[in-house]
Amino acid sequence: MAAPSVPSNGRLTIGDLRGSAGRRRREAILRTAFASAAMLSIVISLAIIVSLVGEAWNFLSRVDLGLLLERGWFPRRDLYGISTIVTGTFIVAGIGMIVATPLGLGAAIYLSEYASPRLRRTIKPILEILAGIPSVVLGYFALTFLSPTIVDTVCPGQTNIFNMAAAGIGVGILITPLIASVAEDALYAVPNSLREASYGLGARRRTTSLRIVFPAAISGIVAALILGMSRGIGETMIVAMAAGASGGSLFQLNPCEPGQTMTAAMTALATGSDQVRGAALAFPSLFFVGLLLFAMTLTLNLVADAFVRRVRTRY
Amino acid sequence: MTTGTPRVHAVSTTEIVRQRLQGRRLDVGGSVFEALLVLALLISIGVLVTLLVDVFSNGLPVFFTRGTDFLTRGLSSSPDRAGVAQGILGSVLLMLFVIVLSFPLGVGASIYLEEYARDTPLTRLVNTVIRNLAGVPAIVYGLLGVAVFVGTLGAITGGRTIISGGLTLAILVLPIVIITTSEALRAVPTSIREAAFGVGATRWETVRSHVLPYAAPGILTGTILSLARAFGETAPLILVGAIAGTFRYSADSLIDQLRGPYTALPTIIFGFSRDPDAGFRADTAAAIIVLLVVLLAVNGLAIFLRNRFERRW
Repeated sequence: MAAPSVPSNGRLTIGDLRGSAGRRRREAILRTAFASAAMLSIVISLAIIVSLVGEAWNFLSRVDLGLLLERGWFPRRDLYGISTIVTGTFIVAGIGMIVATPLGLGAAIYLSEYASPRLRRTIKPILEILAGIPSVVLGYFALTFLSPTIVDTVCPGQTNIFNMAAAGIGVGILITPLIASVAEDALYAVPNSLREASYGLGARRRTTSLRIVFPAAISGIVAALILGMSRGIGETMIVAMAAGASGGSLFQLNPCEPGQTMTAAMTALATGSDQVRGAALAFPSLFFVGLLLFAMTLTLNLVADAFVRRVRTRY
Repeated sequence: MTTGTPRVHAVSTTEIVRQRLQGRRLDVGGSVFEALLVLALLISIGVLVTLLVDVFSNGLPVFFTRGTDFLTRGLSSSPDRAGVAQGILGSVLLMLFVIVLSFPLGVGASIYLEEYARDTPLTRLVNTVIRNLAGVPAIVYGLLGVAVFVGTLGAITGGRTIISGGLTLAILVLPIVIITTSEALRAVPTSIREAAFGVGATRWETVRSHVLPYAAPGILTGTILSLARAFGETAPLILVGAIAGTFRYSADSLIDQLRGPYTALPTIIFGFSRDPDAGFRADTAAAIIVLLVVLLAVNGLAIFLRNRFERRW
């Protein structure tokens, strides 16, 4: 980093201050390298969309479209009742939300409004650990613990260890820390002046939490729930292990019975002994389901993003 | 505060005022509400404890009876001979792909977005795209891997090989690395950069000598956490073929091994759990213990680094 040497006539020009050509060249090269790394994300998105749409189109153009409306998902027998796995997806994600919403929001309100700073510092890492548990572990937990204990008591006379209820509770456990953390961020971001105004009027802590802080943070809380739903819809391993993803599934609305979600249908296709080469359309059908899943989660994420930004601009 | 005033009747006046202000009725609803909140928190933590107890009580006997044998043996159809050695080796190799590809690319991309880029529509688009990529379900990355790395680039990667799996995982964690690194870079105050610009440093010189050293702990923590995320990721690997494969150890050259069939620790767990032989139940739990111990060690390292080097401005 040599300082520009003073020219013999003693007058500095702009050219002297611009630095050596080598320095400028290195700067330009690095800038281009960093910029290309950033642009890679656009390439990746395009690659995702192109590969999904390409094969999905391949599927749609060759399949008898009437088959999509049938009930039952048995790709190896050329039965592609998409409603079966979409329904299964919403049942599992819905059970997950029923479990995770009270747990996540309760934990968030407690941590943000009630807990002492010290307790908060202790609890948050524990929730982070829970958030870091891989879904394959939760799948095992759902299958070996949740299904024989909790589901067995909720579903009378239930015989099948594989069922959507166990998978749904497992998904709920998975998204609880996510909902808790996003909602807690939103509650914590509410300015203290609002709480103080409420206390100043004589409100109790519960009233302040529920009537002042909660409504003020509602955008972030809605975002937390939408993100949780999106995670639940896209969750794969728990469902693949606990809901009974074996080849295909009948149309099933009863959560105490085995069922299949879009994600589990994809792994089932990929793990079959014939490695997706079964029926001619089984492989492209994978991408059609993937595209549908991608569109659903993307929509939910964009909506959640809009809600989060509303919180950020307000305070 | 008027407590401790010498006059006798003042105490009772304070009491009266306090009672008026607090309301005379017991706040039952408030206590119930708080109890419910605590319950929600306790259930969340209780689930974690139950899960750990369940896994360890099922899996630890395997280590007691077989010792480290479980860690050093390969896959087998018999539950008391099966081990996770191939999975550990596969997972470590997959992590090498993530470290070599995602970390430089991710850090480079966030340096561009935070330090170089102006606020143009293109920059905003890239930022939005990255945020949305982070929310794409893992299994969709698996489809990308099947289509691009196994399909289009199959001649180079060799199809369903560890190269395809590694590339898929690297792409999966890239947005997470970018987001966490950007956060770490943003936390460095502008004045630090201005100090460097003031003595005539170029942008890269500023980043290298001033921004990166201060952001390094944050970047390291974030990247380690995303590595942990990649380590436990299962669904995309199943799609790009980690389930069927086993490693051929041995004399094969590294390149041949990279282009051969493979497996990884999380997919072994999935495979064990599906095995109809009931003896694999304990093996599944034991393999999960291995996975959790690795993850806890990695997360612990990240938390340690964060607490050790965290700096408030």
